[in-house]
Amino acid sequence: MAWNLDSDRPIYAQLLERIQLQIVSGIYGPGDKLPSVRELAAEASVNPNTMQKAFAELERSGLIITRRTSGRFVTEDKEMIAQIRTQLAKEEALSFIAKMKELGFEKKDILALLSAVAEEPAEQRRERA
Amino acid sequence: MSDLVTISGLSKAYGHFMALNNLNLTIPRGRIIGLLGPNGSGKTTLIKLLNGLLTPSSGQILIDGNAPGVETKRKISYLPERTYLTSSRTVLDLVEYFEDFYDNFNKDKAMSMLESLQINLNSRLKTLSKGTKEKVQLVLVMSREADLYILDEPIAGVDPAARDFILKTIIGNYNENASILLSTHLISDIEAVLDDVIFIRDGQILLCASVESIRETYGKSVDSYFREVFAC
Repeated sequence: MAWNLDSDRPIYAQLLERIQLQIVSGIYGPGDKLPSVRELAAEASVNPNTMQKAFAELERSGLIITRRTSGRFVTEDKEMIAQIRTQLAKEEALSFIAKMKELGFEKKDILALLSAVAEEPAEQRRERA
Repeated sequence: MSDLVTISGLSKAYGHFMALNNLNLTIPRGRIIGLLGPNGSGKTTLIKLLNGLLTPSSGQILIDGNAPGVETKRKISYLPERTYLTSSRTVLDLVEYFEDFYDNFNKDKAMSMLESLQINLNSRLKTLSKGTKEKVQLVLVMSREADLYILDEPIAGVDPAARDFILKTIIGNYNENASILLSTHLISDIEAVLDDVIFIRDGQILLCASVESIRETYGKSVDSYFREVFAC
């Protein structure tokens, strides 16, 4: 199944985000071996050079490490993975707050609504959705 | 590394009509390139000139240093718009025919692709559906170890699932010494697979750029950008 990609942004940036997400969410754990560029390019249905560019960027940030003979691995630096995870969570939170402000919610209304929804039993939330 | 194809000042006239008009283009190795343009813009004329099926009115084409001819036919694997294969032959006959004809044909590769597409080797070509015929031809063409693959509308007649298979086949066969030039109108289906796109209009190159640079510069997909540039 090809990966879902937005049509209006560079492809390599979206591949990078997707791999980053798979690492912080633990699909690829610290020290795990990653599939080859060719395998991932085929899975995502994207150009191998574009996948290569995403990998190069992740290498520059230190999140993945290339060992010449044996392939690419996720860093074993758990601290770094945790930092990126927190960073991604902050970005999500900021974009959520921005949307709520567009809807006219103030900071305290947002917090109240968030805790009320989070407390609601799961089935009730599903029914409304 | 030197460019795989160099085209300079290429023109082709059909009577008074200029199908290609002073076209300049280079194709490096290791790229997957989309040749995009409206109907009648000169895509197929350019492809036929590259394959030596037409002769230029003026200008020059060099493929790895040679003008189109006997030498270059070995280096180019070409999927034409229309089939030229004998329809009474079976799929296996055709595989053997290609093996006989081209010394760079990889039979094992062809057999394994035909198997994953679940195509019966003993079926005669004429008994196959349009889409399956296209798949057989693509398998034959992609199974040659060529320097340049030229695919004229490779995905037009096949269903979306087979389209995915064909794109994966193209990605899977990618190697850094060869390039693939493919013409299509189905831009949104293939743009993630391409390195570069060439926009051609009225026999001239309008734009030659990487997919990523178009997305970065214009904030839209190649498909939407094409629709804007060629709006009727």
